[in-house]
Amino acid sequence: MATTALDQQRAHATAGHAEKSGLWSWLTTVDHKRVGILYGATAFFFFLLGGIEAILLRIQLGSPNSTFLSPDTYNQLFTMHGTTMIFLAIMPLSAMFFNFMIPLMIGARDVAFPRLNAFSYWVFLAGGLFLNSSFFFGAAPDQGWYGYANLTSRQYSPGMNVDFWTLGLQILGVASLAAAVNFFVTILNMRAPGMKLMRMPMFVWMSFITQVLLLLAFPVITVALILLMFDRFFGTHFFVPSAGGDPLLWQHLFWIFGHPEVYILILPAFGIISEVLPVFSRKPLFGYAAMVFSGAFIAFLGFGVWSHHMFTTGMGPIADTFFALTTMLIAIPTGVKIFNWLGTVWGGSIQYRVPMYFALGFIAMFIIGGLSGVMHSSPPADLQQNDTYFIVAHFHYVLFGGSIFGLTAGAYYWWPKMSGRMLDETLGKVHFWLMLIGFNLTFFPMHILGLNGMPRRVYTYPEGLGFETLNQVETVGSLILGLSFVVFLFNIFKTARGPRNAPADPWNGATLEWAIPSPPQEWNFAEVPAVHGRDPLWEAKRERGGPLPEPPRVSGEGIHLPNPSIWPLVAAVGLTGVMVGVMTLHIVGPWGVVVGLSILFFGVYNWAFEPAG
Amino acid sequence: MLLRTAAPRPLRRWVPVLFLLALLVGACSPEHYAQTALRPLSDFAKIGDDIQTTTIWWAFGVFVLVEGALLYAIFRFRGKPDDPEPQQVHGNTAIEIVWTVIPALILAAIAVPTVKGIFETSARPPADALKVEVIGHQWWWEFRYPDLNLTTANEVHIPVGQTVSFRMGTADVVHSFWPPRFAGKRDVFPNRETRLWFKAEAAGEYPGQCAEFCGIQHGRMAFRVKAQTPEEFQTWVSHMQTLGPKPPPAAEAPTAGDSVQVASAGASLRQAGASQDPQYATGEKLFQAKGCVGCHSLTAFNAPKGMIGPNLADVGARSYIGAGSFKNTDETLARWIQNPQAMKVGVLMPNLGVTAEEAKSLVGYLRAHQ
Repeated sequence: MATTALDQQRAHATAGHAEKSGLWSWLTTVDHKRVGILYGATAFFFFLLGGIEAILLRIQLGSPNSTFLSPDTYNQLFTMHGTTMIFLAIMPLSAMFFNFMIPLMIGARDVAFPRLNAFSYWVFLAGGLFLNSSFFFGAAPDQGWYGYANLTSRQYSPGMNVDFWTLGLQILGVASLAAAVNFFVTILNMRAPGMKLMRMPMFVWMSFITQVLLLLAFPVITVALILLMFDRFFGTHFFVPSAGGDPLLWQHLFWIFGHPEVYILILPAFGIISEVLPVFSRKPLFGYAAMVFSGAFIAFLGFGVWSHHMFTTGMGPIADTFFALTTMLIAIPTGVKIFNWLGTVWGGSIQYRVPMYFALGFIAMFIIGGLSGVMHSSPPADLQQNDTYFIVAHFHYVLFGGSIFGLTAGAYYWWPKMSGRMLDETLGKVHFWLMLIGFNLTFFPMHILGLNGMPRRVYTYPEGLGFETLNQVETVGSLILGLSFVVFLFNIFKTARGPRNAPADPWNGATLEWAIPSPPQEWNFAEVPAVHGRDPLWEAKRERGGPLPEPPRVSGEGIHLPNPSIWPLVAAVGLTGVMVGVMTLHIVGPWGVVVGLSILFFGVYNWAFEPAG
Repeated sequence: MLLRTAAPRPLRRWVPVLFLLALLVGACSPEHYAQTALRPLSDFAKIGDDIQTTTIWWAFGVFVLVEGALLYAIFRFRGKPDDPEPQQVHGNTAIEIVWTVIPALILAAIAVPTVKGIFETSARPPADALKVEVIGHQWWWEFRYPDLNLTTANEVHIPVGQTVSFRMGTADVVHSFWPPRFAGKRDVFPNRETRLWFKAEAAGEYPGQCAEFCGIQHGRMAFRVKAQTPEEFQTWVSHMQTLGPKPPPAAEAPTAGDSVQVASAGASLRQAGASQDPQYATGEKLFQAKGCVGCHSLTAFNAPKGMIGPNLADVGARSYIGAGSFKNTDETLARWIQNPQAMKVGVLMPNLGVTAEEAKSLVGYLRAHQ
């Protein structure tokens, strides 16, 4: 099979695969690893931006009646902080690992649709720039990340702020959906021989479930945003009460998306932790099947709990009861996961390397977030907790203590594989301790403030309500938290100047990505591996009776790779052009949209008829 | 030095932690917070508080056990790179069933009072409840007493020991009415009535505020709950009912449900004795000339509906102005009248070009409205 005439011809064309470099090679890349690095770099930039926004918010709240920020600026910053962290930081940081790691972990040479993959990234980048360009117009979104109607109507938000948000999220939704299709197919179709579904690494499983959630949840927000766009631009009244529209409809649509979105943000981190804990405990994951099914169960239930964000709307006792009980149910599979992680560590031989610090920190912090979650599953109690800093504390324990700790564990764990360099262990541990202390100083007091009457999303608070002390503590904490990431950045830059010193398997890994050189060559696997169990590399090492030899870097002659393509980028520019056209409808008429659509069709047409390889 | 020899090392290490803990405990005490939800003063709030207390204890117990197990594992199973491979355990069905069932039982223990609490808090208030209409506005609160024909703003007076039934809506965007000492929050919607009730158990003045983001001044959309003894409340009602376009004779003081239609809107209030004050007379003219009257009503009894600005019939007696934002002194009131945009940027009241002298007169005029 490997020696047909066609194969020989292709082999000739791609013989040698010289290391590609230069700007053009990045603009046209369809290599999942490069796309992953682009995702990671972009998302980390947005993460730092969102973090700076957060520190500005914290400085404003550090003292009562502060005038550090104007109310308008504060509202823009808290909206952009939430929107950025969710859509431009945590989701694409997960996408970085999907991109870089999934093909490696399942023994594939690339994703199923490499050009679609590049398209996803460019659309994400364009969406992020579109959203943040609003700052240059002094019109950043200012209505909160869940944009409750009818505050978002033209009447009450006449500026461009909400337009940037509506259209920006729409662009980002396209990126998420395209990527979800891609990874869904990749995981189902591209696994190495012998890698049955129940042999997949847990990170791949959790990523797979995440793609299903994306595929089912994003269409809902897409519809909601289209309705909002029509309300704002074309005079419809879906959410306009004076014409019979219903603002409550928005809340339902938003949270039917919004709650699964929470699991989209946390499940990849669950997966990362489930990779890191076994490796550094030198023990297989405890209760593999239970981990798979609890992840799937969480995702399934995630579509049946959305109204627990809406207990204060007065839905009536039957609806309240239903959503309270489904919400409580979610705690069971979540508990199973935490216990299984404990079971993994229990009886192990724990190697205290930096990824393990963050993974254990994840468990400790996520427990707190999970327990406060159970507390507001009870509507009579949630009537007090909802929309206070207690909620802010809860979701930061889940999204920072959970997702960010998990993603950081993943960053330290896979950094050698992605960059070919080991990060500095001491700096890594400094990063961990600063982050743990800063995180808890920032967010733990919010529980207390929330229960004691501090509502969220207020740009200031008066003296005399008792909020001063703990807010001050939180502000100090946020600065420490910021400092921890300065240490991380320093670590990255310091080691980047050093040699590429990472071996193929620095941690005694269990999964396939550690069988190939660090960083991997463009084709990943010179020979497609055969898989016989859940921890293929551990099995190989056991069979051999010791570590595997360092895999050689090979020429890659004869390996078919997809051609680079500029058309995904062109199509992404066109798509964004359409949205810019919508923004400028009142200035240039439909011509902006026409130009955007033309570029989009031009890109897609050339993409469709481009020779694939 | 003495400490170094006297205290064992591990103990000294905990000194800063203990100090922080002490600070935290001090800052945690609900008594420290005027707006706390942890010291409920009504039947309604106590339902939620009881459930919350239950779940806090369960959560605390689980927290200690699970974090304890984690910490134990962290210290107990510390390994070295050259240690032999630990026993390869893949799972244990019995244990996994146990740790699935136990959380389920704990959740059941929370679910039972939760469902009970949901139905209790959703119950209809008794028929003799005092009815209050709450109308959210960007960024202030309107309170109407339909059976008493009274309207006021930003300070809601309620009697202790009688259930108050709130029916709520909004004049513009979604807000959320939240008096933490008395009840959890309830969102208010356009074209959709939401309800809340509670029976206050203690007299006093308590803060509350909007809890749903509603625009630029969401942060300054507070209100006060003035819980009064039944007698004080009755006195307040009788007094407020005299603040009408045509003060009704005492004998004809309206009882619940009748004489609603006596309003002759637009007439201004005359306070006995107040008209002698020259400031008052000037202020009264300015109130017309500066257009204040276009947005603010000065009648509490049979007040016109649909006004854009807060009702000012008893503004002179209120504790705060600007929707619970600033202490109601002559100085803040004068500043507000001259330049509301400087105090609460984005507020719908424009700067009306009032001079300091004019503001003084207006303050004199408004102060008389008590």
